[in-house]
Amino acid sequence: MSLFNIFDVASSAMAAQSERLNVTASNIANADSVAGPDGQAYRAKQVLFQAVPPDEGNGPAKVRVAGVVEDSAPGRRVFDPKHPLADGQGYVTTPNVSIVDEMVNMLSASRSYQSSVEVMNTAKSLLQKTLTLGS
Amino acid sequence: MIDRLDEFMRFQTEALKLRSTRQELLAGNVANADTPSYKAVDFEFGKALAAATATKPGAPAPAPELLYREPAQASLDGNTVEMDAERAKFADNTVRYEAALKFLNAQLKTMLTALQG
Repeated sequence: MSLFNIFDVASSAMAAQSERLNVTASNIANADSVAGPDGQAYRAKQVLFQAVPPDEGNGPAKVRVAGVVEDSAPGRRVFDPKHPLADGQGYVTTPNVSIVDEMVNMLSASRSYQSSVEVMNTAKSLLQKTLTLGS
Repeated sequence: MIDRLDEFMRFQTEALKLRSTRQELLAGNVANADTPSYKAVDFEFGKALAAATATKPGAPAPAPELLYREPAQASLDGNTVEMDAERAKFADNTVRYEAALKFLNAQLKTMLTALQG
């Protein structure tokens, strides 16, 4: 019964979107972390989505998170000579997190998650209706 | 006798099968709405149903030919999923699946009435 497959596909999307939301939460939380465990400013992280084609034939593709990469954009440099982490010229490197980008990411992830939930609900109600066939 | 019964319900059965296959494909498209370079797929339902009902009874129906969707507004990351269109098609397919289910149910009821008198 191929309708059952929808649960797998939709749940893969939900898992991927929730990981994206997680990464976004980490980025927003660390938007002002000027020093990490390595002494460097926090770098924004982004998830990479990848479509996973079915094992055989051509059917719907699931989604998986291929990896979480660090944003290579340079951190913002703020002039603040009194800061304990200021360099010789008085600049502090702050994280390269863009709050606007992260808010957009958050909204997009939550909407996509909701869509998957709705798809799953529809599949569930269709299956339930199919089970009553002939009664 | 039984094969006649099969033949009687074949059309709606094939329609229901194809509807569920399409539902699955559309779910895959919605799931990959944020995957870069993903190409949305679909098939022509009428063509697939004609091909499925044209095969001999008992023979497996041919798999529908998958086509890539032509996006109305292409996105920069190469993804061709348009959420509004996909959701509309998904809702449409849901209703049509339910319709096929209703027709199949009615055919079963018809047969039952004939059998019980």
